Amino acid sequence: MRGDVPMIIGSGKPIKDILAMIEGCTKILIIGCRGCVTVCSAGGEKEVGILASALTMARQQEGKPIEIKEMTLERQCDPEYLEQIRGVVDEYGAVVSIACGAGVQFVAEKYRKIPVFPGINTNFIGVTEEQGVWTERCQACGDCKLHLTGGICPIARCSKSLLNGPCGGSANGKCEVNPEVLCGWQLIYDRLKELGRLDLLEVIIPINDWSTSRDGGPRKIVREDLKL
Amino acid sequence: MTSDSRLEKILERGEFTVTSECGPPRGADPEVIRKKGELIKAAVDAINITDNQTSVVRMSSFSSCVILKQLGIDPVLQMVTRDRNRIALQSDLLGASALGINNVLCLSGDHQKFGDHPTAKNVYDIDSIQLIQTVKRMRDEGKFLGGDELKGVPRFFIGASANPFADPFEFRVVRLAKKVAAGAQFIQTQCIFNLDRFRRWMEQVRDRGLHEKVHILGGVTPMKSIGMANYMKKEVPGMDVPDELIARIKGVDKEKRAEEGIRICVETIKQLREIEGVHGVHIMAIEWEEMVPRIVEEAGLLPRPQIT
Amino acid sequence: MRLSYPTNVKIIRVPCTGKVDVLYLLKTFQSGADGVFVAACMEGDCHYLTGNLRARKRVEYAKKILDAVGIGGERLEMYNMSAADGPRFVKVANEMTERIKTLGPNPVKRFRVTNVQEKPCEEMCP
Repeated sequence: MRGDVPMIIGSGKPIKDILAMIEGCTKILIIGCRGCVTVCSAGGEKEVGILASALTMARQQEGKPIEIKEMTLERQCDPEYLEQIRGVVDEYGAVVSIACGAGVQFVAEKYRKIPVFPGINTNFIGVTEEQGVWTERCQACGDCKLHLTGGICPIARCSKSLLNGPCGGSANGKCEVNPEVLCGWQLIYDRLKELGRLDLLEVIIPINDWSTSRDGGPRKIVREDLKL
Repeated sequence: MTSDSRLEKILERGEFTVTSECGPPRGADPEVIRKKGELIKAAVDAINITDNQTSVVRMSSFSSCVILKQLGIDPVLQMVTRDRNRIALQSDLLGASALGINNVLCLSGDHQKFGDHPTAKNVYDIDSIQLIQTVKRMRDEGKFLGGDELKGVPRFFIGASANPFADPFEFRVVRLAKKVAAGAQFIQTQCIFNLDRFRRWMEQVRDRGLHEKVHILGGVTPMKSIGMANYMKKEVPGMDVPDELIARIKGVDKEKRAEEGIRICVETIKQLREIEGVHGVHIMAIEWEEMVPRIVEEAGLLPRPQIT
Repeated sequence: MRLSYPTNVKIIRVPCTGKVDVLYLLKTFQSGADGVFVAACMEGDCHYLTGNLRARKRVEYAKKILDAVGIGGERLEMYNMSAADGPRFVKVANEMTERIKTLGPNPVKRFRVTNVQEKPCEEMCP
């Protein structure tokens, strides 16, 4: 397992939804990814096997058998790795990719003549709190403020993304929205207290520039020094 | 005076102020607001209109305030940042001022999960403190957030909410200080059932000298029934309903419980008048607005001052 | 012990039920098994400490998938028993056999297609 992948967390779509997508196909290719989705057990080699077995059995029972090829790529977000399927992809009626949304789209971009379906839902950028439990940490706002809040993100971990929280619904360290969700601002307060930096909370954090986040439109980063 | 607000005048005169609130209808009938307004008009100095409270869609606070204004009432426009971005908020502020609405209460707003449209996208472009800053900037600097000059500067008496009963307790006063620094001129607190905790909070408020910088109105709500008391204790985050209160209501026969609830509310108001730094009371009689005149009277706060 | 259990029960040995993977369970049904039961050591007695606990979670997960694809999660079951408890094994084997008889054959076999690979079970679990 690679240690240098970002942690995009995804989770499997219901099998009936995938069956609906591949309705009418007799031969499909399921591709997994050894990156993030392997780490969160949503789209790795094992999950490819499980999905293939499940779909095969479901279709067998309907009297509409399906032939499935299973492949797992190193990543689906780099063009070089997608070349691995160039030789075989034409033989199939559809591709079901269980990589994250970025991977699914990249496959669709590279292989324009074949329908590419998403087999998982991409959920968030997060971390493994314990085996089997993943939680959200980052919203990719493009303007990181973690130095102001003790390393805890108010945009991702506060349900209202308040920059000057907490709101009046914070009780016993929990968010009013969901008793299982910790109040992001309680976490920030506790951490800054530990660091002896509660003074940071006396300052009003100014109105955010959301243009660096999704609100500004699809984003792009270019490193001229790295371009060939 | 930063506005033509009756509320501001009375507070600045140093009189113990009374405000209350009306929930707008879940439909297009203006009579609902008119009736509620007429009912409590004589007993209060200003009336808040909630803004899609608990994320349940209702007639807008803005339009309901206009209806109240037509009845000669001084309305308080409640604005949450959950549903509108800074463009819409500034736009509504200009419109409100143009229509003679003088008081605005700046809130973040309950998350949409609580309401009837939990699948909606939320906005929260700015938070409540940043909204206070926005109103102040428009009023005092005559500028939009983007920097352009306003042609016609709005006048507002700026309010905010405070919850002495949410966590973390030690931080609530810091947050109040931030709101005051941002420009809040009056505060309406979450309903007070735990007077001890409120008194401790007010101590911290006074320690920071905030009571001299902002007018604090203590929130009160009459309990209609034991079911309501239990609901508020268990289901509403940031609400502190002491066990003694529940016991007191339970200790009375069922038919007499509503009366007991009124009695407790009046007692609370009387106690609030004794606390240094509390300049008024905000009565939130949820779906029981008809009790407000009686509560105000029994608390010895009638008649309300006449302002020319 | 010389106890007999129904001849339709085929045993696949694993060093610990912790070795049993969701994929193996699914492939067993895919290749035509009508029912599967996982016989694990008693909770607390696992030689590898938590193997049988993991097995239980995986069996629950696999049951959900089997329900979703129309095979039916009731065709898969997990039982805890001591390795020395022959009579319990026989009882369980009989119970499962009766259950599967009532449920009928694996619906996957309804439309048996010749080119579907049916590997012997041992090859599934190396």
